[in-house]
Amino acid sequence: MITFDFDYYRPDTIEEAINVYKKITGQEKKAIYYAGGTEIVSMSRVNQLSFDSVIDIKAIPECNVIETKDDKLIIGSAVCLTRICDFGGYPLLGAVCRRIAEHTARDMITLGGNILGKIQYKEAILPLLLTDSKVTVAGTAGKSEKPIDRIFNEKPLLNAGELLVNIIIDKKYINNPYSHSKKTKQEKIDYPLVTIASVKNDDEIRIGFSGLCVYPFRLDIIFGNIDNTNPESEINNILNRVPAPIVNDILGSAEYREFVTRNLLIDLFNYYGGMN
Amino acid sequence: MIEFHDKSIIELYVNGDLKTVAARPADTLLFILRESLGLTGTKNSCGNGDCNSCTVLLDGWPVKSCLMLAVEAVGHEITTIEGLQDVPMQKAFVEKSAIQCGYCTPGMIINSHALTTIYPDASDEIIEEWLESNICRCTGYKEICEAVKSVINM
Repeated sequence: MITFDFDYYRPDTIEEAINVYKKITGQEKKAIYYAGGTEIVSMSRVNQLSFDSVIDIKAIPECNVIETKDDKLIIGSAVCLTRICDFGGYPLLGAVCRRIAEHTARDMITLGGNILGKIQYKEAILPLLLTDSKVTVAGTAGKSEKPIDRIFNEKPLLNAGELLVNIIIDKKYINNPYSHSKKTKQEKIDYPLVTIASVKNDDEIRIGFSGLCVYPFRLDIIFGNIDNTNPESEINNILNRVPAPIVNDILGSAEYREFVTRNLLIDLFNYYGGMN
Repeated sequence: MIEFHDKSIIELYVNGDLKTVAARPADTLLFILRESLGLTGTKNSCGNGDCNSCTVLLDGWPVKSCLMLAVEAVGHEITTIEGLQDVPMQKAFVEKSAIQCGYCTPGMIINSHALTTIYPDASDEIIEEWLESNICRCTGYKEICEAVKSVINM
């Protein structure tokens, strides 16, 4: 049971959502955008989150779209992970989403929620970082298109009141060779010790990591420059570029996470090396 | 735009009937189904989205009613275990002895019914993926899988 009270709004348009957010916060009250609700409800239940109003964006058509248009794949921020898996328009994104939580949770968890929620893993952002995806953001000044790293870089970067409308993926990357591997402490369904997703683009391999640090990130390597005779050295080079301390928590020590990551990178080199 | 403030009267379309009920926007769908509408077939267990004992269908798709606000369900079709009237999955669970203590059973049946409705030719992989959602600590899932497969093979 959620012990505190709040107001509930379900706008039908982006403009209504932005305006109601402005109205609520203008009264010095706290409003949050709401989509799947899994994180908001579970955190509210234990008083880790509080607010005066939720603005449920699931009725906004632009936030619910999933379609290919010209050379783009467009996915609304309120589209649940199950729909993304079933749509099948971007195999790597489908593979990553299919390992987030479990099926019924994926019926509720949305792409926007996974990217912008409190959870540190945000695995669904990896395929988007790897493909230089863009996002549509709406605010009081209207809608604008931005690179995804303008709304997430170590942490969510949206300004107060800004609404993530959709994610735009360039189809030129969608059928590139890719890999995905998620390692958990014990159970198949768990948060990741380490998740690695990668895309090969010409001679470049773009690698996304989740679970290794407290935020997901991307590193690129030039595959042709890899010294196959000394993979240990290549992996050290990659690990030296990890942008933050390796997580050390109850799921796994930093040393174990590094060990798992090393093995995943060896698998990754073998996978792409085998393709060559 | 739909909006609700404080405790107010909401209309929920449950098992084919329009129900009128007083709810706070902060009330979960699980709480309203059980405590206001008396539909106690939907079980309250972890309350945190982990076990799926509370699974109901929203427009035919399984959702965790403990993690959904009742007001979110306004305008949607809710199906609880009480709304499944002699569907093949119920009979299959009995015939395959896919029940022991029975606490997870309503959630299991609701989820399995949705699975075989949405994917009438579900592969073993899809069955496993869907059933991973529901925690059962009695049966070991073997009989539950057999029940699901028996409906698929009908």
